Amino acid sequence: MDDHIERKPAKIRLREIAEKATQDAWEAKLRGEKVGWCASNFPQEITTTLGIPVVFPENHAAGVAAKGGGQRMCEYAESMGYSSDLCSYSRISFAYAALKECPELNIPQPDFLLCCNNICNCMIKWYENLAVELDIPLLLIDIPHLDAFPCDEDRIRYIRAQFDDCIRKLEELTGKKWDEERFKEVMAISQRSSRAWLKAVSYAQYTPSPYSGFDIFNNMAVAVVARGTVEAAEAFEQLAEEYEENVKNGVSTFKAEEKYRVLFEGIACWANLSYTFKTLKNLGINVTATVYGPAFSFLYDNLDELMAAYSYVPNCNVFERELELRVNDAIRHKVDGAIFHINRSCKHWSGTLYEMERQLREKAGIPTVVFDGDQADPRVFSEAQYLTRIEALVEIMEENKRKGARK
Amino acid sequence: MNRMEELLRAFRNIADNPKAQLEKYRAEGKKAVGCMLYFCPEELVYAAGMIPFGLWGARTQAVEAKRYLPAFICSVLQTTLELGIRGAYDGLEAVMIPILCDSLKGMDGNWRYSVPHIPVIPVAHAQNRKTEAGVAFTASQYRKVKARLEEIAGRAITDADIRDAVSVYNARRAVMRRFLELCARKPGLLKPSERNAVFKSSCFMDVREHAGMVSELVALMEEAPAGEFKGPKIVTSGIMADHPNLLQILDDLGYAVVDDEVTHESLRFRADVPETEDPIEGMARQVGNIEGCSVLFDPEKNRGKMLVDLAKKSGADGVLLVLTKFCDPEEYDYVPIKRMLDAAGIPAIQVEIDQQTAENAQTLTALETFRGILGY
Repeated sequence: MDDHIERKPAKIRLREIAEKATQDAWEAKLRGEKVGWCASNFPQEITTTLGIPVVFPENHAAGVAAKGGGQRMCEYAESMGYSSDLCSYSRISFAYAALKECPELNIPQPDFLLCCNNICNCMIKWYENLAVELDIPLLLIDIPHLDAFPCDEDRIRYIRAQFDDCIRKLEELTGKKWDEERFKEVMAISQRSSRAWLKAVSYAQYTPSPYSGFDIFNNMAVAVVARGTVEAAEAFEQLAEEYEENVKNGVSTFKAEEKYRVLFEGIACWANLSYTFKTLKNLGINVTATVYGPAFSFLYDNLDELMAAYSYVPNCNVFERELELRVNDAIRHKVDGAIFHINRSCKHWSGTLYEMERQLREKAGIPTVVFDGDQADPRVFSEAQYLTRIEALVEIMEENKRKGARK
Repeated sequence: MNRMEELLRAFRNIADNPKAQLEKYRAEGKKAVGCMLYFCPEELVYAAGMIPFGLWGARTQAVEAKRYLPAFICSVLQTTLELGIRGAYDGLEAVMIPILCDSLKGMDGNWRYSVPHIPVIPVAHAQNRKTEAGVAFTASQYRKVKARLEEIAGRAITDADIRDAVSVYNARRAVMRRFLELCARKPGLLKPSERNAVFKSSCFMDVREHAGMVSELVALMEEAPAGEFKGPKIVTSGIMADHPNLLQILDDLGYAVVDDEVTHESLRFRADVPETEDPIEGMARQVGNIEGCSVLFDPEKNRGKMLVDLAKKSGADGVLLVLTKFCDPEEYDYVPIKRMLDAAGIPAIQVEIDQQTAENAQTLTALETFRGILGY
């Protein structure tokens, strides 16, 4: 028990794990090992099993944007000829690949690229360009958008074949050898991490929620970069324990009265994280539902299910499944309303949100608002629009509560 | 009016009146299936005795579609959905929607709720399209499409039906490639808008009828004197180069399009479907053989190399990159491709086209300037 008390808080451990993952990649690079740039939803079981150091340009771009470098890096990419219409993560990445360093956050330059398009086909174009710009190999695991749920056998067979092909090519590229026993171990650890992550996130169903919903945006970094490590599994388990403890004690990492509970749809506006969070907090709004819980948990009991799991990420599912996930989450986590981020960077995610908003509003019986923003380019976000929309949502949620109380 | 003029006018008339074409086929008792944008397996529709009908948007304003799509989704999809909601596609039995770009990935969901009376047939292509696993996956998806088409047609589609359809389609591809070659060999014989109509009309016609008309045109083009062309010769590249204002500007400024790498135009006809024992496998292999399109995985940017080759072989003075506004695959490709063209010493210019705009003064200015740069 004493050990338990003396432990570092889970959020610190998680931050350290994320930092260590990047540090490990730097050290590997210095040792002369080949380092990859990897898509966030690429099957990490492959790289972890092979012990191949990778870093994640999406996380890097989010980090650069959160530290204030988003606009400058995007503008640099635009000076290279890239349209401001393009995904801001990719623009930051192109700028970084050209500049090789930036004051906000540095990652090692890549020797190869690991792409997966389950979240978007934009990833393909982004990595194609990096491959040509840097003249390095690009491996793609193509996970076609689902037209039904669950994932069909044709897709599973196709993903499996690419999985095997990718392993073979990475062995050739890095000289490292695939080890089935290690693979089983990594799968087991990944499952443990995923279950713990899902458990931790699920505590938002309690009222008040034992944590601030924006914590998810920070903690999920580890779910991306180190899901297959024991350290991550343990830290997520600790996170779940801490939330459970908070529930018992009636406390929360959300440091305001939780007047309203909302579903937040979309990627965070990393460049405007503070404003978007504080506006909600000042109005007593806590985020108790996001799709990020299921997004970075990959549950499976066998190899076929592992392949299918990578097609269940947000943006890869058929519309009705995406809707079902939101409706269930909204109901289970007892939200009073929903906020939809029309993310200028993300054509696929934003392209179905108007219909998603209408159907969620009806099926979950909650008010909804949309706002325009971007995951990393602050020029797209308007504080005034955001505030006005959130205030409008509060008015309706307040009215609904008043009516509910009267009943 | 001579026969060539008559034919060109007929192509234009068909290209400009898809609804009349649809009604004509329906009056003949034929069913039609929509093929949204690129690389739908048209041969399967034809094998079922139905007419594949291309959906590539139109010059119109998206109003109802804005309830579904944010403003930054390309106008091709905005206007396609708009026409669907307005009822312009009523009469189609179904619409095939591929998932080759992010905006298309959201179209099936939006379509099902906004145009519920026209069912969706999803079409998934492998992006690792040159591998055996990729071919097998695309083939598996084509088989699913085939099963849906059989329900609509009310009859089985046999391998023999598909082989026949492939043969007819390959024959049309062959005549279209002769047409392309003649456009390069005899610049100025057809105006850019006339050349476009030959391609565009193919989206709304029975393949045999279209091939027949093109064969006749090709024969007349062969006979026609080459003449001396004194204007700028260009190769176009992009998803579409179809906006009437753009075509009018190219006509007025005296450009000749001597070749193209446009998905809506020649990229549909360059690669034959290989004749394989299982004809669906051949159709899947064809997807792996297509080069030059931004929505198909192209890790070495063969598109750029192909464009340089096309420009050189056709004797073009320069390349016109026609960017469909908000098309991110094209916007990504622009940077490396422009660099490849620059390295090859080929002048290139990009113009941005939105199907919803009625005014293209910027395009006019850009193309006037480009003509000057090319020395005309």
